[in-house]
Amino acid sequence: MLLKYFGNEKEIALVLLILAAVTLVIPICNLMFSTGSIFYFSAYTVSLIGKYLTFALLALSLDLVWGYCGILVLGQGAFFALGGYAMGMYLMRQIGDRGVYGNPDLPDFMVFLNWKELPWYWSGFESFPFAMLMVMVAPAILAFVFGWLTFRSRVTGVYLSIISQALTYALLLAFFRNEMGFGGNNGLTDFKDIVGFSLQSDTVRAILLMSSGMVLIAAFLVCRWLVKTRLGRVVTAVRDHESRVRFLGYRVEMYKLWIFVFSAILAGIAGALYVPQVGIINPSEFSPLISLEIVVWVAVGGRGTLYGAIIGAIIVNYGKTVLTGLLPEVWLFTLGAVFILVTIYMPDGLVGLWKRKWGELSHE
Amino acid sequence: MKYLMPQIVRLFLVILMVFSVIEIANSQEVTQQVDVVNPTFSETVSGLKVRSLSKKGRFVEQLVQFKNPQKIVVLKALVNGELFEVRDDGRVVIAINNNEKFSILLAEDGKSLGLLDKEAIKKIKINNRLRSQIRRIIANLELNSADASIRIQAIKTLSKSLKQDDLQKLKKRAEAETDSDVIDVLELVFALENLNNADRVIRLQGIEMLKAKTSLKAVSQLQLLVEKDSEGEFNEPDAEIRKHARSALVKIRSRLNSYEVAQTLFFGLSLGAVLVLAAIGLAITFGVMGVINMAHGEMMMLGAYTTYVMQQIMPNHIGLSLILAIPAAFMVSGIVGIGIERGIIRHLYGRPLETLLATFGVSLVLQQAVRSIFSPLNRSVITPEFMSGSLYINDFLSFTWNRLYILFFCLLVFAFLLQILKRTKLGLEVRAVSQNRNMAKAMGIPTARVDAMTFGLGSGIAGVAGVALSQITNVGPNLGQAYIVDSFMVVVFGGVGNLWGTLVAGFSLGIANKVLEPFAGAVLAKILVLVFIILFIQKRPRGLFPQKGRAAES
Repeated sequence: MLLKYFGNEKEIALVLLILAAVTLVIPICNLMFSTGSIFYFSAYTVSLIGKYLTFALLALSLDLVWGYCGILVLGQGAFFALGGYAMGMYLMRQIGDRGVYGNPDLPDFMVFLNWKELPWYWSGFESFPFAMLMVMVAPAILAFVFGWLTFRSRVTGVYLSIISQALTYALLLAFFRNEMGFGGNNGLTDFKDIVGFSLQSDTVRAILLMSSGMVLIAAFLVCRWLVKTRLGRVVTAVRDHESRVRFLGYRVEMYKLWIFVFSAILAGIAGALYVPQVGIINPSEFSPLISLEIVVWVAVGGRGTLYGAIIGAIIVNYGKTVLTGLLPEVWLFTLGAVFILVTIYMPDGLVGLWKRKWGELSHE
Repeated sequence: MKYLMPQIVRLFLVILMVFSVIEIANSQEVTQQVDVVNPTFSETVSGLKVRSLSKKGRFVEQLVQFKNPQKIVVLKALVNGELFEVRDDGRVVIAINNNEKFSILLAEDGKSLGLLDKEAIKKIKINNRLRSQIRRIIANLELNSADASIRIQAIKTLSKSLKQDDLQKLKKRAEAETDSDVIDVLELVFALENLNNADRVIRLQGIEMLKAKTSLKAVSQLQLLVEKDSEGEFNEPDAEIRKHARSALVKIRSRLNSYEVAQTLFFGLSLGAVLVLAAIGLAITFGVMGVINMAHGEMMMLGAYTTYVMQQIMPNHIGLSLILAIPAAFMVSGIVGIGIERGIIRHLYGRPLETLLATFGVSLVLQQAVRSIFSPLNRSVITPEFMSGSLYINDFLSFTWNRLYILFFCLLVFAFLLQILKRTKLGLEVRAVSQNRNMAKAMGIPTARVDAMTFGLGSGIAGVAGVALSQITNVGPNLGQAYIVDSFMVVVFGGVGNLWGTLVAGFSLGIANKVLEPFAGAVLAKILVLVFIILFIQKRPRGLFPQKGRAAES
């Protein structure tokens, strides 16, 4: 039935099935089987796969704006990090008086900086629903303001890419400052609980992985639906020939703005799911290099396909985990080579390569 | 009697002999004494090697009596710890550390004796008291030197602890002095001295004189006058003098403000020069060719590492190696740039986003390559003598030489590039291709070759910028990363395809950064500037000086 629904896009169904299997099987195996069993997955593996899934969501969000709207955002990491910080603030408030200084009202770093009371923008973060709202609202506001300013004045192409990089760079510098009230250099860490359950427990890890997987699948379906709607088709047309769409009477900047804001929200959610699984959020997530890596994930997988972004994110990150473990020196060489080779020889990424091979076979 | 006579004679003779011996001995004694009272210059110099400090002091005093001008050289060497004794023959020499070995000059006449090992010589030591005594002696000797800057130095040394006879000497000097700078320094000394005078009229005079002076000491002394001491009493009992001191302080402070402005302006210009240097190569590749080269920062890094390598090759000629590093860095970065263009960018023309990604890949590879070859740690590049220190204007205003050189160098590179684009065949072709590629091709311009050369030129200039950067920042694998965002901002702000725009944008951003820094702090200033550019691009998407053309944007 599922295969029938996706018609001739059978690879999508395949990807979804694998994702669903990973989402269900790994956490259940982790909880059901004990350390010795071959079906056992360690807590480390669970967190690692959970992390990959959030990265896949992040790649998906970039593919939506880059692959379908032609906006190469070199600052997607900024939205991810903002979502992460919103989540981090909630988790900090959950620590309560269990910090090193034992102050019930202030996080440790504020006590350390001799702050007397919580800054106004920290209020409300003790509530989970509010924090989850902010996970989406904070990146959305940034994307809206940035997009409103740039799209309206028709900043396009590489200019937009560079300005978006400058944006995340500026945020990186800003979040490094202690005066910002987000923990400066060290960021937010030492989390204890999420909605009352310990972050160290296996069950919570398993649930986090599951929710990452389910959010990813849901986001994928929503994105896929979105690009098939009228909005999606106009957006694709903007990618292919912006001025022509404008001359046809569409308000190009509005279409771009909404798709950009939606993508930022997705990135924010990815950040929020990422932080409890790795246990820290610090300003380095804003660094331009991270945002460029996201672009590589999408490019490797194949942009403009959505599921390609998911595949790319997981493959590149798996490669990173393996290589940085075995040969740390080689990782940057590999990443650089991937950048060069993919752009020159595989403009459509792995998905394009596979499709071409498959097409040749079916023609014969 | 017969026997007596000869005996008397003998006795006489003996007495005579004894006397004469004594006489001779005496005469020898006298000549020896004369020797000590009136030794030769070289004997005095070699006397300095005695161990006893008090005797050393006496030899120093003796040395001063000679007319020989070499005495100042010897005394200076003694103060600076460069006077040594050769262990083999006990000769007193001046030894200058020259790369593990010491180059040896004979102290008494400055004749070169070649190189010696550290073990072959022994330093002639002095204590602090003797050192300050010798410094004063040197100052006294140099008070009448022909060189005005040496005279000023001498006056400053003497004024550190002014004695009555020093004051007399300085007054005498003031009467004969014609150089206005020296007079200025002397007046400051007298004015400060007047503040300590018991006569209040003279104290007032001193304050009047200080009004016109720009000196740290003047400000602190005047400040003392208006302040209370620990018991709540004014340091200066006379209320009128306090009033005058206060008004003098106000006057000096208002003058200091303008110096502060000048200083900020200089810092801004020097930061701007760095930005222009970093961005100007980009202005060619990005501005003229439309190629986004994310590896531009790494081209600068290569230039900086070339400087480091050149210094390793020629450790004895730091200044020369720096100058030779300029063409070397140009070649290295230029060739790498041409390689990148031929190997990668050529395949991606017309696809700017892909170019951006591919060149970013190149930048990662280059960074890691440098990290693997040279180590991930920063390498230290030595600043040559002529670039260290600073140009001193007054106590509140001084310009460091390295920043001045970079400012000058930046303008030089800019002029050089402008001339290349204006007057050479390559420049003509580059401009033609950038204005209309197809038309240029139709006219027979080999566009592919021009592209490669242009990219090589832009990268080469980045390498040259790297040489300059190696003098002010750490040379490490991340050197390029720190400048890439900034340089893109400068090019975008100035207007793509416009070298003058890059120059104006670089300097104005540099100055804006430094003007904001005192209020906002370094990081916030940077953020404010970035935000400003992002907003500015909204209003003028094509920068300060947009390229004029009729082509509709695609």
